Amino acid sequence: MSAMEWRDYTARIEQLARESGLRFHPVEFEAVPDSFMMELAVYGLPVRMPHWSFGVRYIYQLIQRHMGHSRLFEVVFPGNPGHAYLAAGNGLAENVLVTAHVLGHADFSRNNLLFQRCQGQVSERIVEHAAQHARQIQQAIDTHGLERVEAVLDAALALEQHIDIDQSVRRPRYPQYTEPPKTLADDAFRRRFAALEPASARAGTTDRRRAPVPPHPERDLLWFVAQYAPELESWERDIFLAVREESFYFYPVFATQIMNEGWASYWHARLLREADFIPQQAYLDAIKCHSDVVRPGAADQQVALGLNPYHLGFAIWERIVAAEGLEAAFAIRAEDDDFAFIRNHLTRELAAELGLFRYRARDGRIRVLEEDVNALREAILAPKYNFGAPAVLVEKVQVDGTLELSHDHAADGRGLDLERGRKVLEYLHRIWRRPVRLRTIDAEGRALEISAP
Amino acid sequence: MGGDSGSQTPTDGGKWYELFSRGARDWLRHDEKVREAVRRHLPQAVAGGELISGGARTVRVPVRMLEHYRFRLRSAEERQGVGQGQAKPGDLFDDPARPRSAGGKGPGGEDEGEVQLLLEFKIDDIVEWLWEEMRLPNLTPRSGPSEEQEWTRQGWDRRGARSRLDRRRSFKELVKRRGAPGAVPTFTDEDLRFRQLALRRRPAVRAVVFFLLDVSGSMSERDRQLAKSFFFWTVQGLRREYRTLETVFVAHTTQAWEFTEAEFFQVSGTGGTVASSGLRKVSEILHERFDAQSSNVYLFYASDGDNAVADTDEARAALAALAGEACFCGYVEVAAGLSRHLDTETGRLFADLSTDGANVGSCGLADFDDVWSAIRQFFTAQDPARAEGG
Repeated sequence: MSAMEWRDYTARIEQLARESGLRFHPVEFEAVPDSFMMELAVYGLPVRMPHWSFGVRYIYQLIQRHMGHSRLFEVVFPGNPGHAYLAAGNGLAENVLVTAHVLGHADFSRNNLLFQRCQGQVSERIVEHAAQHARQIQQAIDTHGLERVEAVLDAALALEQHIDIDQSVRRPRYPQYTEPPKTLADDAFRRRFAALEPASARAGTTDRRRAPVPPHPERDLLWFVAQYAPELESWERDIFLAVREESFYFYPVFATQIMNEGWASYWHARLLREADFIPQQAYLDAIKCHSDVVRPGAADQQVALGLNPYHLGFAIWERIVAAEGLEAAFAIRAEDDDFAFIRNHLTRELAAELGLFRYRARDGRIRVLEEDVNALREAILAPKYNFGAPAVLVEKVQVDGTLELSHDHAADGRGLDLERGRKVLEYLHRIWRRPVRLRTIDAEGRALEISAP
Repeated sequence: MGGDSGSQTPTDGGKWYELFSRGARDWLRHDEKVREAVRRHLPQAVAGGELISGGARTVRVPVRMLEHYRFRLRSAEERQGVGQGQAKPGDLFDDPARPRSAGGKGPGGEDEGEVQLLLEFKIDDIVEWLWEEMRLPNLTPRSGPSEEQEWTRQGWDRRGARSRLDRRRSFKELVKRRGAPGAVPTFTDEDLRFRQLALRRRPAVRAVVFFLLDVSGSMSERDRQLAKSFFFWTVQGLRREYRTLETVFVAHTTQAWEFTEAEFFQVSGTGGTVASSGLRKVSEILHERFDAQSSNVYLFYASDGDNAVADTDEARAALAALAGEACFCGYVEVAAGLSRHLDTETGRLFADLSTDGANVGSCGLADFDDVWSAIRQFFTAQDPARAEGG
C-alpha cells in the first residue's frame, strides 16, 4: 500500500530536511477528503465559528472546483505540533512533494519573526483555540438565539482586518486619566507664586483629568468596540475578542504569503532533487507536479494580468540562494515579511527575467506602463497594506455615545465605497447601539459623512 | 443541528468532517436569509406574469447572493496591477475583467463573478406565511341553503378498481393470515383491500370575486401593476378559505366591460372616470350569473380616485346596493409615489359608506410595500362583520 511507502518517505524527507538546516516543530499529517480540503480553504481553520458568509465562499469554491480551476494539495496550520492536511486524492508522487512543501512551511512559521511574534500572542495552539471559539459561539447561539449572535458576527467579521498588529492580543484598556502634569522646578519664583494663592497652587498637583477616549486615532476597531461599546454584553465582547485573536493568527499568513509559499516551493524542489531514495518514476511525477504549482502567471497565454505568488517567491528565493548563499537565505527567512522581501530582493534584472510588468486598466483597455522597478514593487505590495483593508480609524466617542470614525483617504488614495460603508456601519450600529458616523470623501474628493442610523 | 461542530477537534481522531459539512450548514443559513429577504419583497417580485386565475402555483424569484459587507475603497476609474508575460511598455490590449461593451456596472461580485440563484416559492406557502405573520383572521364564509355533493373516501372493500388498492391494508391482511397455522405466506385475492368512495353532501361554500379596475387615462402603468399585485394576493387569501372561487374582471372608464384576466391588465382606456358604470356592471353580472344570496361576494375596486363629480350620487347608490349583497367591498386607491390619504371623490364615497356601517373598507396604495398593509387592513376589517353575519 502506498500509504506505508509514503510514511517511510516522510521520515526520510524529514531527516533530509533537518540535515539541510531546516528547523521545524513536528508535523502531524492527515489525509482528508476533498470536501474537507475545500472547507479548510474557505474557513482558514479546521474548526471555525459558523457564519453565513462562509457559506457564500463555500459555494464559490464549489463552483470553482466544478469548473476545474483550483485544486488543493495541502493545507498546513503552524503550531507545535503543526497540522498538515493532505487531500486524500493525492497520488504518492504528489504526497511526496507535498510533504517536502509542508516541511518548508513548518520551518518558515517556526523561524519567521512575524510568525513568532503573532504565535507568541495567540499561542501555538490556534487550531484548538479556534475550535474553542466555535464551541463558545455555538453555546451563545443556544442561549441567546441565532439572530443576536449573527448580528455580532456580522459586525465582528466585517471588521476582521481592522486590528493593530503592533498591540498585544490581551491589550489593556487606555489609562483612565491623563498623565499628571510635570511637577515644576522648585525655584524662588515658584515659591513666591505659590504664596500668592496657596489653595490653587496645591489644587494643580492633585487635579486628575479624565483621558479622552480614544486618546489618539485608533485603528484597532475590533478591540475598541470590544472595550468601549456602550451596553455591550460580555458574551458579545467575547465574540469580538475571539474574532480578533483569529485575525492575529491570520495576519502573518497574509503578510508573508509570497515569501512563505516561495520558501516552501524552493524547499520541496531542493529536497526532491536531493532525495535519492525516491524511485525515478515518483520523482518525475513529483517534478511535473512541482512545475504545475510554481508555473508563471503566463504559462499558457502570452500575457497574464496577475502573479502566481508561488512562482514569484520561488524565483526570488532561488536568486537569493544562488547570489548570497544559504545562510543569508535563512536570515532573510527569519527577518523579513513580504514588504521587505519584495523591496530588498526583487531586483530589476529578476523582474525583467520573469517578464513582470505594470499595467493600467481604464475603460476596458489595458496599457502596459514603462519600466520602473520601484513602482513595480509598490504595485505588487499595494494590496497588502493594512491587512488589505482601507485605513479606518476611531476618532472620537461623543458625549451621547455616538461613535465617530474617519477614513484615512490620503493614505488609501481614494474614498470608500459608500454603499458598502453604510452597510458596515449598519452592522456596527446594532452592536454599538448608538449612532455611528464615518467621514470619507466622495468621487470628486469632497468631504462626506455617512452614518447609521 | 450544527452543535457538534465546535465540540470536536481534529486531533481527537474522529472523522467528524465526513459526517458533517460546515460549508453546507452555513450555506443553508445563507439560503434562509435570502428567503427572508425575498419574503419581504414578494409583492414586487410577483407583480409580473399571469397569476390570478389558476396557472402556475409557484413563483420563481431571481436573487443575487448575499454579500457580507466590508469596508472597501470605491472602485476607481482606473486600476493598476502587475502582470507577467511578454509585454512591452506601451502595449495595449483589452481588459478581460471588464469588457468594453458592458457599460453599466452593478455593485458587488466584481472579483468573484456574478452568481444568481433562482429561488422557487410555492404560492400556498407564501400565503401561509402571510397569514401567520400578519395574524390575519380566517374568514367565516356564509353558506347558502344549496348543498353540493362530493366524493369522499370511506371504508374498504374486497373488490374495487385497481387504482384504489390500499397496499398497506392488504399487506396487513396477509400478515394476519400468515399468523394462522399452516398458512402460505403469499398474497391471495382474499387479502386485497380497496378503498371505497361515498357520496357525501356538504354545504356549498362558493365565492365570487369581482375585480373592478379603473382604466381611465389617468391610471399609469405602474398604478396598474400595483393594482395587479394587490388583486393577486387578495385572490390567494380568499382561495385559502373557499374551495371554489370564481373571478370576474371588469374594467371601466365612462363605460364598463368584462374581460378575461389576460386582457384585463392590458386594457387601457382614455377619457374620464364614471365609477357607477363599473359598479352597475358588476351588479348586473352578479345577478345574471350567480346567486347573490348563497354566494360569498367580494368586490375589490382599484382606481386613482378621480371620479366625475356629476356621478357622485349615482355611484353612491350603486355601491350601497352592492355593499348590501356582498360580504365585503374593498377600495384601493393606487397613486404610485403619492399618498393622498384617500381624499378623493371615490375615497370619500367609500369612507361615507363605511361610517354608515356598511362592509366596505379602503386603503391607499402608493408603493409595493403598501400591498401587505392593504391586505392586512381588508382581511381584518371584514372579520367582525362576518362574525355578525355568520
